[in-house]
Amino acid sequence: MTDMTTRLAGVEFANPVFTASGCAAAGKELDQFFDITLLGGVVTKSIMNAPRSGRATPRMAETPSGMLNSIGLQGPGIASFLEHDLAWLQARGARAVVSIAGGSVEDYATLAKELRGHPAVSMIEVNISCPNVEDRGQVFACDARASSGVVQAVRQNTAVGTPVFAKLSPDVTDITAIARACVDAGADGLSVINTLLGMVIDTTTMRPALAGITGGLSGPAIRPVAVRCVYQVHAALPHVPILGMGGIRTGLDALEFVLAGASAVSVGTTVFGDPGAPLRILDELEQALAERGIERLSDAVGLAHRPPVERVPEDPDPVGDEPVAAMSDSPDDSPSDSPFEDAFEETP
Amino acid sequence: MPLQVAGEILAIKKVGAYQAVTVIAPGIPELTRPGHFLAVQVGGPESSMLLRRAFAIYDVKERGVYGGTVEFVFAVHGKGTAWLASRRPQDKLDVVGPLGKPFRLPKTAVNVTLVGGGYGSAPLLPLARALRERGCRVDVVLGAGSADRLFGFLDAKRMADSIAVTTDDGSIGTRGRVSDVLPGVLDKSHADVVYACGPMPMLRAVADLAAERGIPSQVAVEESMACGIGVCMTCVLPVVGDDGLTRMVRSCVEGPVFLGDRVRWDDVGSVPSDAVGAPTTGGRP
Repeated sequence: MTDMTTRLAGVEFANPVFTASGCAAAGKELDQFFDITLLGGVVTKSIMNAPRSGRATPRMAETPSGMLNSIGLQGPGIASFLEHDLAWLQARGARAVVSIAGGSVEDYATLAKELRGHPAVSMIEVNISCPNVEDRGQVFACDARASSGVVQAVRQNTAVGTPVFAKLSPDVTDITAIARACVDAGADGLSVINTLLGMVIDTTTMRPALAGITGGLSGPAIRPVAVRCVYQVHAALPHVPILGMGGIRTGLDALEFVLAGASAVSVGTTVFGDPGAPLRILDELEQALAERGIERLSDAVGLAHRPPVERVPEDPDPVGDEPVAAMSDSPDDSPSDSPFEDAFEETP
Repeated sequence: MPLQVAGEILAIKKVGAYQAVTVIAPGIPELTRPGHFLAVQVGGPESSMLLRRAFAIYDVKERGVYGGTVEFVFAVHGKGTAWLASRRPQDKLDVVGPLGKPFRLPKTAVNVTLVGGGYGSAPLLPLARALRERGCRVDVVLGAGSADRLFGFLDAKRMADSIAVTTDDGSIGTRGRVSDVLPGVLDKSHADVVYACGPMPMLRAVADLAAERGIPSQVAVEESMACGIGVCMTCVLPVVGDDGLTRMVRSCVEGPVFLGDRVRWDDVGSVPSDAVGAPTTGGRP
């Protein structure tokens, strides 16, 4: 039996597989297909202060191994969310990670206050990929100062012991700079990544396929981008827990994120095509760890950052080790000759 | 409560311009009512097409030699449906269903008119059967672009008290649209209720004609959806609730069947400014 428990900023979860914000509503619909209390947590669709209609349709376009969405954060508002959705999750006994979204720092602070100390809230995920109405609609997540302003406001208004995770956008020049800004502002962890901004043009109508013109790209198409982001953020901030997401479809996909540095993962778009996927992925991940002789999930977190274990062939000549050393191309031991570091060197 | 079933194709056959697929999907037939739909995975387990395709359920058999089966009808529109059309018996097909809210049936034996456009008639045929079992008078109007796109004519003819057919090209029945002949059918049959399924412009025309006569209508809408189970929020349309307020509701879980006079037909595809949570003028970008 593999120990699948994971800790995110001091809070323990039974396993590392979560739903992804915006892909599972508030858990009720998926609970028809599998017992959602068996997941590590349910990340709810980003909630805002007021009810919100969202955008016009079409809101969705299928793309190769992915999809674009432009929903516009349709939702019932925090009051209805607390009364119905969160109450349901609490009664059901699920672990809730509540995603919040706003148009100003004040919006986020208000939402954090509303959720403060609620017994059903295991964690807060801050969706900072929202336009800042106080700054000409600039997306918070694309600016280190704006991101840290939001994170600081949420952290200040959230109970001690409830982790606050900032969800990072990949649409930035250096994701580690935003990651660092969020952590410096008090984020206990990071969710990596949100969708990538994309666009599809309908060649029949010769116009954008989405009413919102652009949309967020998700699904396996973005997985390599997401794994890269998790890897970079973990390398930069090795002690900051990461909830990884982006196109996870199988247990091995989830394992990639764990090896890159994620302590837990969210399954998102895959749910649309396969509502039973989160539980299947949990089983597959557990099996994949067992097959690799890894007894604890936590032992696999960030493993890809460590040098590969040398598989030394049995020495046919036990007399001396000279022949092995002689095989090395370099007489000295300079770090730049390590193939591992060469391949993964980061730009400073 | 819907099920996700790793089904197997029992039969696939061409019906005019359409394809009809029968899938062995134990558990789903027992739960299915007329108007329910299925969401079908396309392209196999490694598919680059992640989203399910939604189809109204045509026929179900609770017990067959192979177990319960569901049948649906589709037209090839894109890569997903082309893949589906290339399936053969014994191929696997992952289906989720039954989904959505079905048609509501009248409690008493009243006069009903069913209006189907293209393969939108598929869910109306089991509905006709259920209505006949309740002793209703059933009149059917079927419309399509051309004769090969008319679905369920023989089924309907067998069950209905009368049947009227229209095609855009006049290749069968009256040349024109169902809305051209529907007023006559409604008046002659003294219809108490109208049910419709088909393209949105047709549903709108049917809902309006029924409303003009004070006849309640139930329409099964066709909106593009990514999940079919209520989590993706892509299949919304503006619908007036019991409280008189307009909301952007999910056609997959609150529908696909809506009361015809509750759908804001003028505003389908947009968010009316009086909808709950609509952006305020000059508000957020």
